[in-house]
Amino acid sequence: MYSVNYHRAASVADAAKLLKGGDAKLLSGGMTLIPAMKTRLASPSDLVDVSRLKELQGVKVSGKTVTIGAATTHYDVSTDEKLKKACPALAHMASLIGDPAVRYKGTIGGSIANNDPAADYPAALLALGATIVTNKREIVADKFFKGLFETALKEGEIITAITFIAPAKAAYQKFRNPASRYAIVGVFVTKGKDGVRAAVTGAGDDGVFRSKEIEAALAKKFDASSLDGLKVSADGLMSDIHASAEYRANLIAVMARRAVAAANA
Amino acid sequence: MSDVSLTVNGKRVSGSAEDRTLLVHFLREHLGLTGTHVGCDTSQCGACVVHVDGRAVKSCTMLAVQASGSTIVTIEGLANGADLHPVQAAFKEHHGLQCGFCTPGMIMTATDMIARHPQGLDEATVRAELDGNICRCTGYHNIVKAILAASQAMAKGSKGKAKQAA
Repeated sequence: MYSVNYHRAASVADAAKLLKGGDAKLLSGGMTLIPAMKTRLASPSDLVDVSRLKELQGVKVSGKTVTIGAATTHYDVSTDEKLKKACPALAHMASLIGDPAVRYKGTIGGSIANNDPAADYPAALLALGATIVTNKREIVADKFFKGLFETALKEGEIITAITFIAPAKAAYQKFRNPASRYAIVGVFVTKGKDGVRAAVTGAGDDGVFRSKEIEAALAKKFDASSLDGLKVSADGLMSDIHASAEYRANLIAVMARRAVAAANA
Repeated sequence: MSDVSLTVNGKRVSGSAEDRTLLVHFLREHLGLTGTHVGCDTSQCGACVVHVDGRAVKSCTMLAVQASGSTIVTIEGLANGADLHPVQAAFKEHHGLQCGFCTPGMIMTATDMIARHPQGLDEATVRAELDGNICRCTGYHNIVKAILAASQAMAKGSKGKAKQAA
């Protein structure tokens, strides 16, 4: 790791100030950033640690509205009793990230700011139609995820919370890479008052995306049988040592069927 | 450079370290606590697991300065003098190790796992919870046995204490 200057922010406002100097990066759980720094894929001049900020912690559920602080860990999301009642699919999804030690440190804000094309949270937030709240504005998930490791966040902008209306039905199914535990394909489906949404992670050449084919098929009837015979095109899907684009296309249909079955269970 | 102040195994310690110093290196090289191992150094293998503020985390993926102010327990902090911690005793009894390199991390993960499952553990849960700890010798079989046995022994122990208290 190259030399770096560490700062512990006292507040979100303080973090915003600290971010202005040099090539500073926010540090939350550090489960991606620190490994990237160790391998010198990232070399920020400064780290601004926001992981201990109370104002960024915790899950709040008010009626159907769920708000999750950006520095809430995957462990805290996966075990939150209020969330398990309001949106069990999201708590379940968080329980599938990495391993227990990673879930104790990694955070929802860090995950979506990084927007890894195989991360789980981007699919969940896109399917939930969530809103990403920053220290400057609110961004809907459809406009937040911009491509591989790209988001709508501007220089110095800090995610403070994620909020969404819990849908009537939702589920996530993931075919995970057994070594990295990232998704080779993950599909998050929701059925809410605005209809059906299905988001796919791990597969797209350009990162997380909504599958129009799956959404159209499920709009008629939200049942796994609506996806029987569904052919997903391999165009625009990733091919790598783990899976070909064609294999991923098939997995999208399989994971979508399983997710709908789980959402209806 | 930053000042790093920690409570490690019940003792307050402080030192000065470069900001890029990983917690595992601070423990091993500054404090001489070499029971915590560096295996893969890529957050995968879990040989470096320690408890930070009661949570089992990978000390190769955390800066020492990030942990400043925290309470740390390492493998050296588990035994009560000559009396092994029940998880250590179970690993010995069930031969949950061969070369022993992964064992400190396995035991720190196991104690955290048992604490989070006061209702008890089953084999499938133990295997799933060991996702972040890699052992290249044992095939995990005796590690799983040891953790299940320790979980039962600790549940009995706590019931015994509750009876005594009552």
